[in-house]
Amino acid sequence: MSERPSAIARLVKGFGQFWWDFLVGDTPELFIAALVIIGVTALLSETGHFNGAAIVVLPVLAVLALATSLLRAVRFSRRK
Amino acid sequence: MFIATSVSSGTVVLVSAVFLASCVEMVEALTIVLAVGHTRGWRSAFEGTGVALLVLSALVAAFGPALVHVPLSILRLVVGGVLLIFGMQWLRKSILRATGLKAKHDEDAIYEETVATLRATGATPGRDRIAFVMAFKGVFLEGLEVIILVITLGTSSHRIGLAAAVAAVAVVLVALCGVVVAKQLSSVPENALKMSVGILLVTYGTFWSGEGLRVRWPGGDSMLLGLAGVYAIVTWLFVLALRREVGTRNAVTSA
Repeated sequence: MSERPSAIARLVKGFGQFWWDFLVGDTPELFIAALVIIGVTALLSETGHFNGAAIVVLPVLAVLALATSLLRAVRFSRRK
Repeated sequence: MFIATSVSSGTVVLVSAVFLASCVEMVEALTIVLAVGHTRGWRSAFEGTGVALLVLSALVAAFGPALVHVPLSILRLVVGGVLLIFGMQWLRKSILRATGLKAKHDEDAIYEETVATLRATGATPGRDRIAFVMAFKGVFLEGLEVIILVITLGTSSHRIGLAAAVAAVAVVLVALCGVVVAKQLSSVPENALKMSVGILLVTYGTFWSGEGLRVRWPGGDSMLLGLAGVYAIVTWLFVLALRREVGTRNAVTSA
């Protein structure tokens, strides 16, 4: 007979599940995109024209991420 | 006496983001509480709501002050990343709903669904545990999202008091509306609100991710309005493009 998980185990699992749903949910591509956006901007800080480039790159990458996710949703809805 | 006040564009964006996000989340919580109250009695609905509010207050008291000790650049980078993800999720969902690619969030349908679930489970002797848990979960989960937004937006802009006050006003206003309109929450233009909040959250996410990485935005806080304008135009273009796609698809299907 399997034992029921303890209250603490259930609390930790519920807490992890909340953050997973909150940040990843059904759009893992947006989670990955945010990491890429921050990573690319951080890499740019090593270059000479960091500020000017970052001001353009940050919003452009956010728009591209949104466009990619919307395209994914459109493709998914076509298959249905 | 003349009192000079200056309201920065950063304050305007902060107040709008917190107020609209709190309204959207509270409408969702209120739908569940009203369904529980009308179906199983108000005592359990109010008890579940009260306990959820107490737990949420304890969480704020426990974790809120700790965030003040985190270095601001790290805090803004993490908060910026979280808001970027959350904002893009909201914006994506509201664009898909505005174009008909996703079913609209129907408060009436959620209300009926909750009522049906509660009616399917028979009354329990003594305290109505099912009704209590349902009201608690509804308020706690939606309230947790409000608190995350208030703490992240408020701490990063050093205006946690203002953010909390604005959220409280939104909660009270939605509760008052709930009392007045009873269960007709479907009249709230939720998708338009969600789209506006999505734009503001992506704006803050971009701004603070940049600040966390030591980007100096031209015009300082004023850049928030510029970014919000850019994202609003992009959102409008996405909606137009996807409506055309849906229209073409419907024409092909009906031909």
